[in-house]
Amino acid sequence: MALLQIAEPGMSPEPHKHRLAVGIDLGTTNSLVATVRNGIAVCLPDESGRTMLPSAVRYRSDGSLEVGRAALEAQAVDPRNTIVSVKRFMGRGLKDVAHIEAMPYDFEDSPGMVRLRTVQGVKSPVEVSAEILRRLRERAEASLGGPLVGAVITVPAYFDDAQRQATKDAARLAGIDVLRLLNEPTAAAVAYGLDNAAEGVYAVYDLGGGTFDLSILKLSRGVFEVLSTNGDAALGGDDFDHRLFCWILDKARISPPSLEDARRLQMKAREAKELLTACEQAPVHVRLASGEEVDLVVSRDEFAEMTQPLVQKTLGPVRKALRDAGLAPDEVKGVVMVGGATRMPHIQRAVARYFGQEPLTNLDPDKVVALGAAMQANVLAGNRAAEDDWLLLDVIPLSLGLETMGGLVEKVIPRNSTLPSARAQEFTTFKDGQTAMAFHVVQGERELVADCRSLARFELRGIPPMVAGAARIRVSFQVDADGLLSVSAREMSSGVEASVLVKPSYGLSDEEIAGMLRSGVEHAGEDMRARALREQQVEAERVIEATEHALDKDGGLLAVHERDAILTAIVNLRALLAGDDHRAIKASIDALARATDDFAARRMDNSIRTALAGHKVDELEL
Amino acid sequence: MSIDLTQDFFALFGLPRRFKLDETALEQAWHGLQAQVHPDRHAHLSDLEKRLSMQWATRVNEGFRTLRKPLARAQYLLELAGVDTALETNTAMSPAFLMEQMEWREAVEEARAAAEISELEDLHRRLLAHAREVRAQLAQQLDDDHDFEGAADTVRRLMFIDKLQQEIDEALIALEN
Repeated sequence: MALLQIAEPGMSPEPHKHRLAVGIDLGTTNSLVATVRNGIAVCLPDESGRTMLPSAVRYRSDGSLEVGRAALEAQAVDPRNTIVSVKRFMGRGLKDVAHIEAMPYDFEDSPGMVRLRTVQGVKSPVEVSAEILRRLRERAEASLGGPLVGAVITVPAYFDDAQRQATKDAARLAGIDVLRLLNEPTAAAVAYGLDNAAEGVYAVYDLGGGTFDLSILKLSRGVFEVLSTNGDAALGGDDFDHRLFCWILDKARISPPSLEDARRLQMKAREAKELLTACEQAPVHVRLASGEEVDLVVSRDEFAEMTQPLVQKTLGPVRKALRDAGLAPDEVKGVVMVGGATRMPHIQRAVARYFGQEPLTNLDPDKVVALGAAMQANVLAGNRAAEDDWLLLDVIPLSLGLETMGGLVEKVIPRNSTLPSARAQEFTTFKDGQTAMAFHVVQGERELVADCRSLARFELRGIPPMVAGAARIRVSFQVDADGLLSVSAREMSSGVEASVLVKPSYGLSDEEIAGMLRSGVEHAGEDMRARALREQQVEAERVIEATEHALDKDGGLLAVHERDAILTAIVNLRALLAGDDHRAIKASIDALARATDDFAARRMDNSIRTALAGHKVDELEL
Repeated sequence: MSIDLTQDFFALFGLPRRFKLDETALEQAWHGLQAQVHPDRHAHLSDLEKRLSMQWATRVNEGFRTLRKPLARAQYLLELAGVDTALETNTAMSPAFLMEQMEWREAVEEARAAAEISELEDLHRRLLAHAREVRAQLAQQLDDDHDFEGAADTVRRLMFIDKLQQEIDEALIALEN
């Protein structure tokens, strides 16, 4: 058992133990995991030295799983059970998914989110994504030699609440503590900005496998402030493949192809697209199941022409983001290109033409998001001195609102509000004696509810009967630093309070997630109890370290008996750490948290006072 | 002494309670406060600290949003002074103001109907210049004369200009598409 360490007054117990934290880029096509080692962000490779894990999961009839390259290679022989580009289905209903007819899956439409029937049963996109995340977690833990404190997971900036929540649920299923959901272009800006000591206004043009984001950021003295963001959560490199795939079908007069042929042709289309980045033309040679041969050549110009509408489609969000930021294209100092799809020469030309400057391509567009996420994870885990930290001020991409009379949307939090953000709106009853009120929470920019994304419905009951218009119901929206919304409603006028808290979960109930967690853990051959114990031990160490650090910095805010109570709680928790009772450890962590509640509040006040005392940011110590 | 989450935004940002405002100082104060309270700074701490941090960071962002825009700042100053600026409860606008409103609105309608992008852009520019004059008047009323009733009237004019600018923006977006 470790002994209680008490640092000399004024002496920090540095060097801190390095907390194992990673950044994960959960991509449509490929996923990566990165960490900061000796101050430098690196992508972690698998046993064979590859850093990119293809985002593909195959459910096999014998109950086993293939994830990554092996799954990708099996997709032509087992298309129905090999799920690729699952990110396109996250938090999406059947009607939201484009080109669904060209996909070889057996879809099941369920409320909130589409599901896929596989040989191993019906799978939610959340479960499929969790398999990818689990694989990356295992890779990181093997490479770093211990359990992770947590991870920053990146999401497209334009992901709505449903898609973000689905991503967080997937992480939970994969046994990952999410330090933060970070927007992909913001992560890229961090990596680029820190590497190049960039200052000024930058645009990040991020065209991934299935999503497009455009963010405008202002970089100044360690602050990354997102001014605006826009995008298309269903536009990416996949769509360029699809155009080429349709072109091949048309040229070769195939209609309609079998599942296996379609898969083969899609893979060929992708290969040809990638070849065209470096070559003037690419061959398309496929032998179909019937024995028939497809033998075509596609030129770079032909490809550019057939995909020009897609390139144009990315410029709409660029214009809107600039307008929201109140900037003209020539006021942007640099354009950072992110995502493998930005390697296409005609995309680089279009961006150069629009901004009147060559885009910045001096970083690896496949890795920059994961590297930025790793840097941020390192900060969030508390591995850096506060005075060296940078500050990220991100925004909400899409307005949040409530349905009002006539199917119209009343916006409560407008898009591009800096996170975290909260707003409240008051409503009243429209009938005498009305005791309940129904709310419908939506996200999007359109005026009609039907054109926006439905996030949640809930009812407030127990309103005391009053004449119409007398009740005052205050609905509060809070968006946290992950961009996730919670909503509460309360009747104000009568003194009788009723409130509800809504945490939308889009078709996945807590029970379902718990069930998936159990089966996932069994599947991975892990011992549930051992996992729980390890998690509580990591959490306990984190809490003890944070508390000791706080005592060391701000111990002077405590009376002797208060300090003793906290030290006793630490000793009690430490005593349990060597044992194997994860519940006792959890209870002891909670006890320590209670013992430090008041201390935490005083520390927060103290730090605000320091900020108010007129110090400059860089002179402050936390 | 504990810091009050409900203290006014000028005090929170350490700025004088005035309409005329040093935008650079506001932005620096915003960054300085967020550097202390932002959830990213507390992600490795206890749940309580995370919750406090989110409340504070939310409050600080609300303050920045309120103080940054002249219209919101003026409305907030009047709210602190206990003056109601709501249009619904105060419709006694001067005939001159109503006339001016109608003229602007007609000009925007005509340009929109004729799909005149350059005319709309010109109106936008003129309206911006007009807004600057109205803001100067507001500064005089709020900061020098402490004429809050008069300022409430000017705020309503500014609200109208703001709304019209939004309409022009929307018309321009519609025409571009």
